[in-house]
Amino acid sequence: MSAEIEAKIIKIVGDQLNVDEGEINPDSSFVDDLGADSLDTVELVMAFEEEFGVEIPDEDAEGIQSVQNAIDYIAAKAE
Amino acid sequence: MTRRVVVTGVGLVTPLGTGTDITWKNLIAGKSGIRRISYFDAVDKGMACTIAGEVPDFDAEQYINRKDARKMDQFIQFGVAASMMALEQSGLVIDESNAERVGVAVGAGIGGLVTIEKTMRAYDAGGARKISPFFIPQTIINMTSGWVSMMSGAKGPNVATVTACATGTHAIGDAFEIIARGAADAMIAGGTEACICELGVGGFSAARALSTRNDEPERASRPWDKDRDGFVMGEGAGVLVLESLESAKARGAVILAEVIGYGMSGDAYHMTSPSPGGEGGGRCMKAAMNRAGINPEDVDYINAHGTSTPAGDVAETQGIKSVFGDHAKKLMVSSSKSMTGHLLGAAGGIEAAFSVLAVHNGVVPPTINLDNQDPECDLDYVPHEARQANIKVAISNSFGFGGTNASVIVRKFD
Repeated sequence: MSAEIEAKIIKIVGDQLNVDEGEINPDSSFVDDLGADSLDTVELVMAFEEEFGVEIPDEDAEGIQSVQNAIDYIAAKAE
Repeated sequence: MTRRVVVTGVGLVTPLGTGTDITWKNLIAGKSGIRRISYFDAVDKGMACTIAGEVPDFDAEQYINRKDARKMDQFIQFGVAASMMALEQSGLVIDESNAERVGVAVGAGIGGLVTIEKTMRAYDAGGARKISPFFIPQTIINMTSGWVSMMSGAKGPNVATVTACATGTHAIGDAFEIIARGAADAMIAGGTEACICELGVGGFSAARALSTRNDEPERASRPWDKDRDGFVMGEGAGVLVLESLESAKARGAVILAEVIGYGMSGDAYHMTSPSPGGEGGGRCMKAAMNRAGINPEDVDYINAHGTSTPAGDVAETQGIKSVFGDHAKKLMVSSSKSMTGHLLGAAGGIEAAFSVLAVHNGVVPPTINLDNQDPECDLDYVPHEARQANIKVAISNSFGFGGTNASVIVRKFD
């Protein structure tokens, strides 16, 4: 389940930030490692909402700064 | 002090092709870029007009990296692409030594209507959370100039004209004056537009502005013809690199033409109808000739606004006759919109480019579909076929909703 979430998240991040999926690790920070700006991170969260059919409130979205943050958040929501 | 201004680069994205060479080749071959609308089912949606000039073969990623392209409405993509083409042709290198002396002025008439339409649908379906953080930057008109500056490093004046269908001409004219008065040494200037969407086509249809010759798309835009019945929407972008003569000479640039005049006027008459006798457009051409310090007899060619509307084509003809007197009959006057359709805010950009190429190449683009000339339109409209002619001076006219008029004059550079 978690591996599936990870694969989907890495795909979304790669698409939106135009980064090769091979260069994306769970540890990758959207801003520091993958070149995202503040607007990109907002849009990423919207894409996660769309993909996983969840709603991510703004206060939670602020905590999603890396691929791992996103995986953990979505996995927790899925439980 | 007023400085001479020349054109050193041209970039075109039009219904006749993506690129300057392919557009020009198709233009002087008299080809139409008008087709059935493919972007949405205009018939199913009950549109009175179901045809338009869509840009063929446009691949944004040839000019813009994928991540950035996603943040741009198509009107911005077209404008950025045309700007990059123009900059490349000019050979102008923007670096620390000149960045603050190079500006950008690429306007649009409508802006990001496609994205506005799409976002409104997402909002209606899913609420405020479905509005992209890029919605505003994707749709506001000056963002083309913003992106061009970010991508090229141009740190000089950064503006965007919005004067409906006169946008491109005002942008180029204003950029000409910015350089002439010494506020910049080079400007990337023109117009861009992409609003062939349901609200765009539906809106102009509702204003009864569009042709409904839906069964003959290539013959629908027919300026000055008796059977014309409105304009056909096009999309794309036309951008020039304008530069002070000193700057162009100092770096040994190829000079395509000189910009010598710019005029503006307002009709003070009606939202969408031209002023009687085309007097607003006439005053505009006169103002441009005054600025250039030339006489009507010096003008060889007018790239007309010529949109193929019943009222507009007559008014422009009358305006030309009132300003040029006897010389009107000796002028060549053609409408490239017969082939490209009407690119709205981009029209002045592509048509200034066509005027530059006409004096540079010694070829006047034709007016196609002029099968039965309207007796009220009695000038030499260069019907059907392009004409070889060693022309020196050309005027490009653009008139917009709101009664806003702009004319730019270019001269062959020897």
